[in-house]
Amino acid sequence: MKTYDLSELALRNLRESSLRNSLTTIGISVGVASLVAMLSLGIGLQKLATRHLAKSGLFDTVVVTSRRELRGFSRDDERSTASAAESRTLDEPARQEIEHLPDVLEAYPDIRFITELSYRDKPHLTMVSGIPDSARSNDAFTGIPGSFFSSATAPEVILQKSFAMELLGKTPPPGQEDDVPVNDLAKPLLGQELTMRYAQRVSTPSSAGEDAPAKSSPSTDPAQSSSDAAYSVISREQELKIVGISDLDPDSMRGAARARVFLPLKLAQDLRVMQPSDVRDSMRGFSKQPSYSTISVRIKNPKQVEAVEQAIKKLGFNTFSILDATRSLRQFFAVLDLFLGIFGSLALAVASIGIVNTLVMAILERRREIGIMKAIGASDGDVKKLFFAEAGAMGLLGGVVGVALGWAIGHIINLGTNIYLKRQALPPESFWSVPWWLVGAAIVFAFIVSLVSGLYPAARAARLDPVQALRYE
Amino acid sequence: MTLASNQSNSQNGAPAIRIVDLCRHYQMGETLIRAVDGVSLRVQPGEFVALLGSSGSGKSSLLNLIAGLDRPTSGSVIVEDRDLAQLSREELAKHRLRTVGMVFQSFNLVSRMTLAENVDLPLRFAEVDRGQRQALTRQALERVGLSTRMTHRPSELSGGEQQRAALARALINQPKLLLADEPTGNLDSRTGTEIMNFIREFNQSLGMTIVMVTHERALAERYARRMIFLADGKLVDDQSNPTPVTTSLRGERR
Repeated sequence: MKTYDLSELALRNLRESSLRNSLTTIGISVGVASLVAMLSLGIGLQKLATRHLAKSGLFDTVVVTSRRELRGFSRDDERSTASAAESRTLDEPARQEIEHLPDVLEAYPDIRFITELSYRDKPHLTMVSGIPDSARSNDAFTGIPGSFFSSATAPEVILQKSFAMELLGKTPPPGQEDDVPVNDLAKPLLGQELTMRYAQRVSTPSSAGEDAPAKSSPSTDPAQSSSDAAYSVISREQELKIVGISDLDPDSMRGAARARVFLPLKLAQDLRVMQPSDVRDSMRGFSKQPSYSTISVRIKNPKQVEAVEQAIKKLGFNTFSILDATRSLRQFFAVLDLFLGIFGSLALAVASIGIVNTLVMAILERRREIGIMKAIGASDGDVKKLFFAEAGAMGLLGGVVGVALGWAIGHIINLGTNIYLKRQALPPESFWSVPWWLVGAAIVFAFIVSLVSGLYPAARAARLDPVQALRYE
Repeated sequence: MTLASNQSNSQNGAPAIRIVDLCRHYQMGETLIRAVDGVSLRVQPGEFVALLGSSGSGKSSLLNLIAGLDRPTSGSVIVEDRDLAQLSREELAKHRLRTVGMVFQSFNLVSRMTLAENVDLPLRFAEVDRGQRQALTRQALERVGLSTRMTHRPSELSGGEQQRAALARALINQPKLLLADEPTGNLDSRTGTEIMNFIREFNQSLGMTIVMVTHERALAERYARRMIFLADGKLVDDQSNPTPVTTSLRGERR
């Protein structure tokens, strides 16, 4: 029989006992819908997590520290893996060397210091940190009230929400900080000036005469002054304009040392604020060059993190990345998807039994019809193909309806979740993702499952003896 | 008319059907049923043969073997030079599709399809093009006077009309052989006569070979040129009937 005739006849047969066949098709649809819903939830959650982590810069960042550092978390490793001879100072030449490694996007020093900021003549002590221009797309700085720094050296600051609250004298009870809308804080603060008082490290010979507090950005590069053997520390002040308030805590990984005020990195470098490492270096006799306590290295692709880490370690530095954490995260999502897929497939498996049942019933009911078709010249293959086509048509239709249903269910759940999130004053999120490959795969899968379900009924119909089928009644 | 070409076949010497020592035995529980038991028979092209016998005599079984619906236990059935016992299932289906047309006592139309679809069905299996199929179906239904009932379902028609549709379906692939199993068994005498007149017309004007199973001797005598009597699966008598009635006798009882 020709394919067109076959499908026409199959559809005609399906329409004939429409109640039973549509119930079977609905069964498949529900199966496919649950599969699509489960998998798109898994994919959506994974996307959500990956998006946030990628924006946080954790995926593609390697933190480099000197092996001389006596950092608590790495002390034991250091003693065992590296001798003092291999270790190097984390200074400007080292930063440039790291930056020129393959696949490295940028390497910037981590500048942070505790200092005093005055707002309306009231001093506030806090940790200040330099932020590279590439952090512009970081989750913590996109969509904030106000804006990101206008340039890499602009005398501007972005405040963390808790510091903004402190400036305004609004201190909510602990645990309820999240309830204060960040926009309310931004209104009185944006455009206001802060005065930062800081200790500047100045090379002794060149800057002896400069005793007045500098109001503009210093022009000397830290690299140039690094050859100075000695330096003095001068107290200075800097006027800073508040340009933005960040709701999130971009520095949360730092724990107690996290900064609440952010400056453009280049500005922070140019101010040559006294760093804790300066003091330590001078005490340990490495005072020829100012060194960085840590350097953050951004890598082009999270996949290359491991290779770059190895390269940096060869240069004689310590590295730390969150790669291991992301690897187990990916593993978690693979397992989650698998389980969601299995549960989704269970419904489809039940539906496929429905197809077998419907077709076997159809054979019993259409026994005579099959006998007639064979008597007037239908081959075994024709009968088999006809039942196969009926199973396939139900599968295809069920698949298409199921994908639409699954998509709708997903949207409804997502909508419901977002209404809940809104009530909790949280930003809306998309937990749902139905990629095109999933749409195609689900329909094809439903089609194949239906054909497999049709195997037995079709073979049984084809085997039917026409003489027996026509004998009774 | 392509059907007319059958007539030329009737002139050559090869028989339309040659049956040699044919047996069909069934195992039913403990007992062996010899439905057809050593029948040998020749039917010439264009003959109108009636198979007579009481129920259980094996006449329907013999017809099913000729039709290729069933396979012999032993012996051979040679239809149009092909031994059906040697054919594969696929080839047997082709034989049923192209070489023979069948009509049954219970009409055996597919109840879920319209008349046109029923008549069209063998053309679908024969993979005839769509446009051609429509014309052939209309033509076949016109021949049996049902062109106005094409979109009706079998249940909406009388028994006579259903059997006429079944005849149209049997002829649609232009077979050389028409096999009829008690074609008037479910009909009253008037419509039965109507059907028999159609069958006789196919025999006479199209030159089709007819093998008809019946248990009514009167019907056989009126239409068939040859009467073969079966009892307990064996051929017991083979009479020629040189003077079948050529015109229908209206109102006569069967």
